[in-house]
Amino acid sequence: MMFIRSFVFFLGVLATFALGWVGIVGIPDIMIARVQPPAELKRYTADQLFGRRMYIREGCLYCHSQQVRAEGFGSDQARFWGRASVPADYQYDKPHLLGTMRTGPDLFNIGARQPNEDWHLLHLYNPRLVSRGSVMPPYPWLFEVKAAPGPREKALVLPDSVAPAGRVVVPTAEAHALVAYLLGMNHTYPVSQTPAPYDTAHARP
Amino acid sequence: MSGTPTDVKRARATGHDQRIADEVLRIGIDASAASPTVLYLLSGIAWLLIGSVAGVAASLKLDLPDWLGGVGPLTFGRLRPVHLNTVTYGWISLAGSGMIVWLMGRLCRTEIRWPGLLYASAILWNIGLAAGSLLVLFGYNAGMEWLEFPLPAAAIIALAFVLFAVSMFRTFADRQVEHVYVSLWYILASMTWFPILYVIANAGLYQGVGEAAMNWWYGHNAITVWFTPIGLAGAYYFIPKVIGRPIYSYYLGLLGFWSFALFYNWNGLHHLVGGPLPTWAISVSIVASLMMFVPVLAVAVNHHMTALGHLQSVRYSPTLRFVVFGAMSYTAVSFQGSLEATRSVQEVAHFTHYTIGHAHLGMYAFVTMVLFGAIYYILPRIAKWEWPYPVLIKAHFWLSAVGVMLYFVALTVGGWLQGLAMNTSAVPFLDTVQQTLPWLWARSVGGSMMTIAHFIFAAHVALVIYRAGPMRFAPAWFRKAEEGAAE
Repeated sequence: MMFIRSFVFFLGVLATFALGWVGIVGIPDIMIARVQPPAELKRYTADQLFGRRMYIREGCLYCHSQQVRAEGFGSDQARFWGRASVPADYQYDKPHLLGTMRTGPDLFNIGARQPNEDWHLLHLYNPRLVSRGSVMPPYPWLFEVKAAPGPREKALVLPDSVAPAGRVVVPTAEAHALVAYLLGMNHTYPVSQTPAPYDTAHARP
Repeated sequence: MSGTPTDVKRARATGHDQRIADEVLRIGIDASAASPTVLYLLSGIAWLLIGSVAGVAASLKLDLPDWLGGVGPLTFGRLRPVHLNTVTYGWISLAGSGMIVWLMGRLCRTEIRWPGLLYASAILWNIGLAAGSLLVLFGYNAGMEWLEFPLPAAAIIALAFVLFAVSMFRTFADRQVEHVYVSLWYILASMTWFPILYVIANAGLYQGVGEAAMNWWYGHNAITVWFTPIGLAGAYYFIPKVIGRPIYSYYLGLLGFWSFALFYNWNGLHHLVGGPLPTWAISVSIVASLMMFVPVLAVAVNHHMTALGHLQSVRYSPTLRFVVFGAMSYTAVSFQGSLEATRSVQEVAHFTHYTIGHAHLGMYAFVTMVLFGAIYYILPRIAKWEWPYPVLIKAHFWLSAVGVMLYFVALTVGGWLQGLAMNTSAVPFLDTVQQTLPWLWARSVGGSMMTIAHFIFAAHVALVIYRAGPMRFAPAWFRKAEEGAAE
């Protein structure tokens, strides 16, 4: 009797767990895995993939999302953050970086919104140089301070107040890779199935 | 005095009544749990201190973004995951395991089996946490929230959990009771669920948006199958225990447990409302989140009806004060969570600090406060030394309680305003950042109060372990108990 009771208990415990797994991960995943990546969605270059590692290493995902909500849900569209994102946009992403916070703005189309490499490098070196009032951390370890730039290097153009005296600040390969990744964040190509605008009258809560 | 079966027989044979035999048995059981419990509890408290400091530092980084700005391992994006992982997989998991070992002996009425596995587990667990934290600090974040530890560290933690669970299941199999108490259901379920969940999540089975679904199924289920059961098992045990009356309703307990198991496992996708997933899947999670009212009400009625009429004990008993605070927070955080999952609320609250406030109401005001209460009960019985200074317990309680309330209110109000501003496209984005700053400062103050409380608590724990301070022959009450409950 006691054995049967325990057996039923553990069966129930495993069944409730497995049902949830299949229901909200298994079935959506099967549906999503069948979606073809859009032809315009480029695979990451080796440099961009390295930059993506930097994005993860520095924890960018704790303040920046990579998902755009549909018209009528939030103001993502009115802020021109791009069309609503769809599963196909993410087919090359592992790990996924959808994010949950917008302490900083969404970055799903940052490459289209801000295509200037120099801006990004300055912003990474010290965000407040180009973005007054930002609380983003600076990433000086992505840069080298040296006497003069090397043959194929370009020094940052810094205001006198932060420029080191008599020396120059040069982005490292890590900084260039991270910026290459950010500039590649461009999902402005059209997709056949974008989510319908939100029906505010009927679809809530 | 030990509690071997011979002692029990002798106590019975010499004509003493059943109570004395039970007492001898209980002392033996407690003794068998003592060393592993202490090892887990002290490890947990050490990680609490580390995690709290990391949390306050991360919070201050948003207030003063250039503070220590040149030190890579101390940047916000590395400290934040270290905070989350050390307080959840470190503090709550290890202190929770310590509490479970202790409860297991008591509730199965038998000595802890295979304690060697528990020592190995606690040591491995600490190694996994240290390795994982250092790897994240030095740039090897695995990239998903709640799953930041790289595979080697995660594998060590998984192994540690399995060793722990094997010892607990062995003890359960040898139980000397007919009745399996409610706390045990939650414990047994969590020890079945969590290792499976953790292995699936770290196995790298998914890609793209499918992986995002897995990530948040995991993120919410870690709370479902491990952190919440710790808090509920503790509340179910200590509230009736300290008050000295049985739980209000066994059947409500049953309803609460099975509806919890059925609905909670489907909650995860409410973290992705508005995201690029099939809408039906998110809707299912929202419905399941609303269905959580069933188990939450069942548990709330059960806990609060048990405590009702005995609330004066909350004034005397440190354990009860912390645990009842935790149980009330469970009701609050669950109600909030169910409503927060709806699309109307998510449209504003998603992507803001509001969510962080909610998380701390659950992981701190509920689970952590229950664990504090549990430790105030368990540790003197293991160390054979009462808490020397009730004033320190009082300071701990008020700094923690006021600290977490300040934290919660600041981020809830500040986060909501942030969301409203963000949804008004006329407001420039940087203004939404500026607007949160006073609220984030308030959060830093609340977090610092909690951290100070933890250091006071840890110092007090050290005094008990070293049997320092005035010797007491009765429990350390907050005030003189004229007619008190029995602790």
